[in-house]
Amino acid sequence: MAITTTWVFAEAFDGRPLPVTLELLTKARELGGSIEAWTWGPDATAIAPALGAHGATKVHDLGDLGGALPGVPVASAMAAAIAAGAAPDLVLFPTTYDGRDAAGRLSAKIDRSVLTNAIDLGLDGDKLKVGHAIFGATMLVDATFTGAGPWLVAVRPKSFAASESGGASPSVETVSVPDTGATGSAVVTQSHVEEREGPKLDEADVVVSGGRGLGEADKYSMVEELAKLLKGAAGASRAIVDAGWVPYSHQVGQTGKTVKPNVYIACGISGATQHLVGMKGAKNIIAINKDQEAPIFAVADLGVVGDVHKVVPKLIEAIKARG
Amino acid sequence: MNVAVCVKQIPDPATPGKLDPETKTLVREGKLIMDDSDSYGVEMALQLVDKAGGGEVTLVSMAPNSEVSGLRNGLAMGAHKGVLISDPALKGSDALGTAKVLAAAIKRNEFDLVLAATESTDGYTGTLPVQVAELLGLPSITFAKHVEIADGKLKVNRQTEAGYDEVECSLPALVTVTAGVVEPRYPSFKGIMAAKSKPVDEVTVADLGVDVAQVGQGGSGQELVKVTPAEERKAGEVVVDEGDAHQNIVAFLEKLKVL
Repeated sequence: MAITTTWVFAEAFDGRPLPVTLELLTKARELGGSIEAWTWGPDATAIAPALGAHGATKVHDLGDLGGALPGVPVASAMAAAIAAGAAPDLVLFPTTYDGRDAAGRLSAKIDRSVLTNAIDLGLDGDKLKVGHAIFGATMLVDATFTGAGPWLVAVRPKSFAASESGGASPSVETVSVPDTGATGSAVVTQSHVEEREGPKLDEADVVVSGGRGLGEADKYSMVEELAKLLKGAAGASRAIVDAGWVPYSHQVGQTGKTVKPNVYIACGISGATQHLVGMKGAKNIIAINKDQEAPIFAVADLGVVGDVHKVVPKLIEAIKARG
Repeated sequence: MNVAVCVKQIPDPATPGKLDPETKTLVREGKLIMDDSDSYGVEMALQLVDKAGGGEVTLVSMAPNSEVSGLRNGLAMGAHKGVLISDPALKGSDALGTAKVLAAAIKRNEFDLVLAATESTDGYTGTLPVQVAELLGLPSITFAKHVEIADGKLKVNRQTEAGYDEVECSLPALVTVTAGVVEPRYPSFKGIMAAKSKPVDEVTVADLGVDVAQVGQGGSGQELVKVTPAEERKAGEVVVDEGDAHQNIVAFLEKLKVL
């Protein structure tokens, strides 16, 4: 069966679509059929041209959600549209906080299975082939839906490259949010932004990350210094984020950011599955760890078995000495 | 204050995962342990009940073969009782099928709050808690890094891409907690001994009043079609630092024109 209509959960931030939104639209175009985006908040008008330029011909705009977390209202509006006769073959969500919320909600509302953490999508005859990486991306698994659509898929950011189609600005249709009752009562009362210097973690050409091997929170400063010297961004393993050494916005991995820089330097990171998933796509990986058996060495192009507290300061000095 | 905690019993993550070549499902053999990421929810529940001045923490889990060893880990921490859904009919369930039985099992006891991890260590689909919330008609706040209950309201600091949001909602509700939310206690010897006699209510799909056709491989809306080893990223050069390995890194960065 060919795909006639795809819906995309189109997240935006600061008046711009998230990169993953454009990645999903690009992939939807490749799968064929018409593409409709679902947006909310103050950004809908501002982002509509960009959504159109990547293939969306229609935007369903939920408008101001009054601070409500978007998962419930967006899924409710989608479910209401489906109940009223809309029949998307496929609904694409990003594997982000709000994307996962919406995917789970819609799945339960319309009683359809959802596949998450997808890194590839393609049509195989009348089936949708959904690719996943499991066991620390050592195995690739293709799954498919066995039942009738809508098929729900949550896709990991950076799985596809975004490209423009040159499409015109889409038509924007205002959609009202159905009464969500108690389920929609979660409201954001205040947002906190943790500022960071330099390039963004998921856009930087060089990423230097630190892990538990640093020993203590204070030592993270050498990771930041090295990142700055290389004009890169500083990242972290989940272990030291959970330990409270660095803010969550630095986390690379399954529950953090996916990064694909030119160079990734892992300092004192053992390379747990959860971390590898987020950085294995780097073009070049350098690892420094005192444990020769650490799994990170299996993916490193250059592995240094040694003490980060000795190797990294010397590396910093050597780079500084070059001027 | 009664709290239900969704707990997954998984094979020890220290041993590499395997897929059954026939059914292409995760092999869950050997002794199961409580998923480490669930210990934060159990701890959070114990602290909230304690602060409220009374109530019970109930662990809810689905596992094959009446497996309770992982549940006992949580009971040893101090949870009061468990509900175990064990039924051969559940084999091959997708996340939605699993959510249906967990939701039905949670409803067997009175609760003010349902806690779960953000995702499991072995499957990490990450949608199950929200599916449970929807089936129970509850609001949900995912990725909590701080949880408190004040004036009958739930107040949560929720991770975002940029930092965190302060989010509030009414009770009852469902919250998924990150590993940073609390420091889980180690079970005491007394706790481990007491856990052996704590009640675990074992139920089947039929006991829960869930239609068997909705669960298991038959009720699942998805299937695996192919499993292939990923193209191995080849390990490159490994050098043992004898005081000058940083020079190798400098040379490598030069080659890549980063320096």
